[in-house]
Amino acid sequence: MSSVATPDSSAELPVADEHAHEHPGEKTYLKIAVILAVLTALEVATYPAEDALGSAVIPILLVLMVIKFWYVAAFFMHLKFDSRMFSWVFIAGIVTGAACYLAVLATFEFFG
Amino acid sequence: MTIPEDRPLALPSGETSRPAPVLGVFRRPTAETGWRSWLTTVDHKKIGIMYGASAIFWLIIGGIEALLIRLQLAVPNNDLLSADLYNQVFTMHGTTMIFLVVMPLGSAFANYLIPLQIGARDVAFPRINAFSFWCLLGGGILLNSAWLLGHAPDGGWFNYAPNSGVVFSPNNGIDFWNMGLIITGISSLSGAVNLITTVINMRAPGMTMMKMPVFTWMALVTQFLLLFAIPVLTVAQVLLAMDRLYGANFFNVEAGGDPLLWQHLFWIFGHPEVYLMILPAFGIVSETVPVFSRKPIFGYPFMVFSGIAIAFMGFGVWAHHMFASGIGPLSVAAFSLATMFIAVPTGVKILNWIATMWGGHLRFTASMLFAIGLITMFTIGGLSGVTHAVAPADTQQTDTYYIVAHFHYVLFGGAFFGFMSGFYFWWPKAFGYMLNERWGKVNFWTLLIGFNLTFGPMQILGLQGMSRRVFTYDENYGFELWNMVATVGAFIIALSVLLFIINIFVSKKQAQSVAAPGPDPWDARSLEWMVQSPTPTHNFDETVTVTHLDEFWHRKYAEDEDGRVRRVATGDEIAQPGDGTGVHLPSPSYWPLVTAFGLPLIGWGLIYTEILAIVGGIITVIGLWGWAIEPPDDVDHAHGDDHHDDAPTGEVTDDTADETATAETAEQPEEAPVG
Amino acid sequence: MAETTTAAAVGYDPATHVGGHPTSTGISNNKMAMWVFLGSECMLFGGLISTYLLYKDRVPEGGISPRDVFDIPFTSASSFVLLMSSLTMVLALAAIQKADHRRFRLWILTTALLGSTFIAGQIYEFTAFYREGLGFTTNIFGSAFYTLTGFHGVHVTIGIIMLLSLLVLSIRGRLSEERSEAVEIVGLYWHFVDIVWILIFTIIYLIP
Repeated sequence: MSSVATPDSSAELPVADEHAHEHPGEKTYLKIAVILAVLTALEVATYPAEDALGSAVIPILLVLMVIKFWYVAAFFMHLKFDSRMFSWVFIAGIVTGAACYLAVLATFEFFG
Repeated sequence: MTIPEDRPLALPSGETSRPAPVLGVFRRPTAETGWRSWLTTVDHKKIGIMYGASAIFWLIIGGIEALLIRLQLAVPNNDLLSADLYNQVFTMHGTTMIFLVVMPLGSAFANYLIPLQIGARDVAFPRINAFSFWCLLGGGILLNSAWLLGHAPDGGWFNYAPNSGVVFSPNNGIDFWNMGLIITGISSLSGAVNLITTVINMRAPGMTMMKMPVFTWMALVTQFLLLFAIPVLTVAQVLLAMDRLYGANFFNVEAGGDPLLWQHLFWIFGHPEVYLMILPAFGIVSETVPVFSRKPIFGYPFMVFSGIAIAFMGFGVWAHHMFASGIGPLSVAAFSLATMFIAVPTGVKILNWIATMWGGHLRFTASMLFAIGLITMFTIGGLSGVTHAVAPADTQQTDTYYIVAHFHYVLFGGAFFGFMSGFYFWWPKAFGYMLNERWGKVNFWTLLIGFNLTFGPMQILGLQGMSRRVFTYDENYGFELWNMVATVGAFIIALSVLLFIINIFVSKKQAQSVAAPGPDPWDARSLEWMVQSPTPTHNFDETVTVTHLDEFWHRKYAEDEDGRVRRVATGDEIAQPGDGTGVHLPSPSYWPLVTAFGLPLIGWGLIYTEILAIVGGIITVIGLWGWAIEPPDDVDHAHGDDHHDDAPTGEVTDDTADETATAETAEQPEEAPVG
Repeated sequence: MAETTTAAAVGYDPATHVGGHPTSTGISNNKMAMWVFLGSECMLFGGLISTYLLYKDRVPEGGISPRDVFDIPFTSASSFVLLMSSLTMVLALAAIQKADHRRFRLWILTTALLGSTFIAGQIYEFTAFYREGLGFTTNIFGSAFYTLTGFHGVHVTIGIIMLLSLLVLSIRGRLSEERSEAVEIVGLYWHFVDIVWILIFTIIYLIP
């Protein structure tokens, strides 16, 4: 449990993933934050440019959203470095939710 | 959660006990026997027994409601119950049987057996485990208090919108349904988080996932179903509560709301729900059938993967409950196909049980009879289920007694028979005495006959066109005979349940004059039989190292030179003596009970007066804080120094667990005030 | 790798047994439980977001609709505040892992303050919408919008309470670096709430 703090404890908590618990440092965190800030600025920039972008605006926004989501989950929540088990549980929730609710919206002819 | 202590909780460890430290308002509870020990216990076995006992209590309540329904329908134009009262009775019958009987029975077996079957000392979070049980009880009491406080819910267990809105159900019965089930949902969710972590993380050395008993597998799958299904019901109930209590418009058609949204949300929860009710029972018979056939389970990996497949596909078939709602031909076709496919893994299971029995030395004990009862009755129910998958046929069957017959064949003939098999099988392990076999067999045959007399005729009634949920019917439709037969059958079921309860007491009395059953009365296969009966508080004296599926059996039997299987040891020889010392056990705690106690108050408060809700909220918050600051570790005790061999599973948590407890449970109450 | 796997199978090795208790997978129980819980939360927020999407355009003719009330520049600012609170959260974690308790307290306080700023912004936004005529029961868009964002706000508030609890524990000297996993787990919850807002900001506010 304290494996994060004590270097020798990585042997104590053997995890399938070799990178386990080698969390990124503060520099990486700052880099990710800058990326997130830029992506958010891009997102907001689509708002005044809505007319120019036309129907492309929705896919652009969704892609930006997914990238932001991925950066936070992978780096800030350490999914990229921790046990794969965590990713599986989380992805199971996301996939189940997305599949069920998109199907519901589809039956309401939400997507046209 | 678990707090290692010097003070022996169950065992004379040879160490002197010290006064319990004062914790805010409470002293740490120390009672080991008596009612106090049950209120503060965090022992998975006691909690499992409480789940089972409360389920049997609600079974009697729900059973009385069922008898009232059958009495009302016994003869045409009966006026025993008014139409309004009839609505309340069938709503509460369904809700009680599903949420307070079948689901808790699954939790009872899962709680008692999972740690034993995986060779663990307890669950991962013993205090959250206690919290889950108290939430369930609180939710059940809140729900049923509707009977005493005016008007019970009357919209059916599914409470379709807009019928469940204020316009069509102006009394506050459905608010009780909402609040009660949000609280039992918190119970299920915290239980699911706990048990999933337990199965993944607390397995004994060598107990790989593919060496786990099938019951543990099915219970794990069940917990995943709960994990992903319960929040959907919570969303639906929050929306309904917003409509009913705060004037929102989610299901108000005039304001643009869509009643179909309720149906979708409810059945996204509701269909996984039926699988999470049946899978624990499937797990139970997967344990009893091999033991009483003296053969290993046929096709273990198929059993496991078909269970996973059922769970996975269970999330993709919900709209077959809505074929008559006008969801469009494409949706109907897709969900019709998916529903037909889900019969495949279910069929695999039935085939495997039959193949397990094939060529075995069958012993027709009461437990085995109930298991065979499940296989046959569930097959009948499953086949009528396949007829619903055919959308045109379903359009005819929707809302008739044919549907009622179908789901009783799978949930009563399936799940309940399975749980009965489990009761007769594991009773000696839990209580140290055998249930009387003769009474057990009478119990089985009366239940089988009563069950088929009750629900068999409903298939005919349904095909004759009798609607569900009607409170009476006219003469000369041809419904009289079969309704009367069904009513007679219902009373035979009641008699059978009574026989079971009498058997518990009769057997206990008889047990004084016969030899104790010993650790392994059935010549069984899995780890829970390797400890004494009843299970010692500390479960295992020494952590078992597992090398085989059916580890206990492999320690008793081996092949000789000719390749024939021979018994090399008896269960009594292999079993642990139950005299382990120096075992750390989780300490009892008041806080789960306090935390859970606040939740029903919030529920009543939102229905009647905000002040009560605030009081409940304060109690829950105090409970959480007490929980969080309860010393996770005894200051005088340098833990980690005398671990013996219980380390992998004995001490579940350390200091950090406390914050997680806060983090975990802090999530829970937020659903209640909003809902 | 083979050695560590064996150690995992045996589960307990006194030589390396320092702080935590090994589990059969080597994964901490607490972290596992939090991730399992977050998996379940996906279903909860998924349901609320879908409900909003289904209902947002079902406003009667002349009724108040999303485009009438949304103030994108303002929400962009508060979204940015919440996003940056995730950065301060990981900085707090990094600090306590290095046993730098002073910086840990600073960052955890900053995170709580950023979270509170976001909540204050939400309260301001709700008040502004209400003044413009959008109440909870005004129309179906209002009900769906307030329920979804309100649910998220409650989650943020609970997160702030947990952050402040960590701060109090740390000041009272009860949060040593050995227990940094508690910070990590609260952090997981906090980042999850942030992720949900990333979805809400795009799907509810930005997509026309």
